[in-house]
Amino acid sequence: MIERKTRRQTKADGNRPVISVRKRIDLVPSDTTAGRALVTVISIMTFLAAITAGCAIFISDAADEWQSQISRELTIQIKPNDPKLIEEQVAKVVQLAQDTPGMIEIRAYSQNESEKMLEPWLGAGVDLSELSIPRMIAVKLDQTRRPDLKAFRLQLNSLMPNAQLDDHRQWIDRLAAMARTLVWVAVFVLLLVITAMALAVAFATRGAMAGSKQIIDVLHFVGAEDRFIAAQFQKIFLRLGLKGGILGGLLAVVLFAASAAVSHFWNLSPGGDQLEAMFGSFSLGLKGYVIVFLIAASIALLTGYMSRLVVFRHLSGLE
Amino acid sequence: MVRFENVGLRYGMGPEILRDISFEIEPQSFQFLTGPSGAGKTTLLRLMLLALKPTRGFINLFGRMSNDLLPGEITRLRRRIGVVFQDFRLLDHLTTYENVALPLRVQGREEASYRAEVVELLQWVGLGDRMNVLPPVLSGGEKQRAAIARALIVRPELLLADEPTGNVDPNLARRLLRLFTELNKSGTAVVIATHDLALMDQFDGARRLVLGDHRLHIYD
Repeated sequence: MIERKTRRQTKADGNRPVISVRKRIDLVPSDTTAGRALVTVISIMTFLAAITAGCAIFISDAADEWQSQISRELTIQIKPNDPKLIEEQVAKVVQLAQDTPGMIEIRAYSQNESEKMLEPWLGAGVDLSELSIPRMIAVKLDQTRRPDLKAFRLQLNSLMPNAQLDDHRQWIDRLAAMARTLVWVAVFVLLLVITAMALAVAFATRGAMAGSKQIIDVLHFVGAEDRFIAAQFQKIFLRLGLKGGILGGLLAVVLFAASAAVSHFWNLSPGGDQLEAMFGSFSLGLKGYVIVFLIAASIALLTGYMSRLVVFRHLSGLE
Repeated sequence: MVRFENVGLRYGMGPEILRDISFEIEPQSFQFLTGPSGAGKTTLLRLMLLALKPTRGFINLFGRMSNDLLPGEITRLRRRIGVVFQDFRLLDHLTTYENVALPLRVQGREEASYRAEVVELLQWVGLGDRMNVLPPVLSGGEKQRAAIARALIVRPELLLADEPTGNVDPNLARRLLRLFTELNKSGTAVVIATHDLALMDQFDGARRLVLGDHRLHIYD
């Protein structure tokens, strides 16, 4: 005899039979092969969606970091039109920079230092005295009080027509455009993943409804409203969505935590700082983990909503 | 309570399987719906349940015309009808108790509010000791009684039973018929679809609705 586990029992008194009352069991069976397969699909989709979102955050953060690093300084290049006057010209430009509010740490590279910069390309021990090597002045900018670069450029041009100001704007703009493009690509991939998941849920709901045709018939004949029947399916699919969402989200979090740990390990090795400068710290931060959680929760809610929608459409078709 | 006026039904472009069906079911009445297999007894019951739409004619159920019903009204009307299916249609993953309590559960009632009621009814139909058992292990007669109990739990104004004695021995069939007559005496109109002449002979006072040649003949 099949007897189910009981939660509570009524008291037996005299001839009254003992009745076992279970916790309200689902009217639509949930522990099916299709249900388990759907949990796997949802967890994979959640994982992919979280990875995509995480990568978008990495790229965006790394691009922000590059931009802020680059925009923290600018370079002034003086092309020597008269080698005898070059030191005087450098001093004038340095003075102009020092007088400009928001410009801190002005460093003029000496002739020797400028020549050394060319060593990687021209080799050591080459006599460069015959070449008119431009002189560089590196200027660090105050992040709290940014200088008016437009006005500074005009002043520099009138003071020293052979000087050129490079505020790395070109690089910053390119980086920003690249980062924006990659973030939009990630958003597009995220939308594709969510659409694929919604379709998978719709098919699974239809499958579950086909398998529960008799249950739906009986529920109709005993006076169940469509919204009651839809709620039964929604409850099951929300639960499957939560299981899949939590599983996929957790896998993504573990992967991100592992990547942060590996990145930290690399930072201790030679060349690690370059890797970090190029690709960031591979650490999601609180914002990233909140986004992964939101993706998992949204996917669970979407699963429940999609199943409700499909059930309602199916039931209205029956009428 | 139920009135059919020149109702006809065909599936798709096929021939009419029910033609010019007109009859009325009075409150607290008792009738057998009979006819040979395939005559359309189950189809007629499904029309009464508003599970099928007639291709012509009118069905009036509890004072409402079927073609004027708003969405959701069918559900409210069905809650006034108890139905016993030929194949029982018990949900295999629910216990006997849960199956019988199902019509109350779908109305959103709390389990504690109907527990005693369900237990009492199960005892009345002789399933007091089978409440926690799943349908696959119930015998045909037990399933039939569980299906009847499920139909009765809402104290319906109209009971539709499709071959309720088709799967049981003559002794149990007599007991089930007694159950239906008791129910009828308590105020429920009963329609029993059957082709069991012996069963009908046990209840001479009942009206007979006989389906044949796609038409309905009434013998009061």
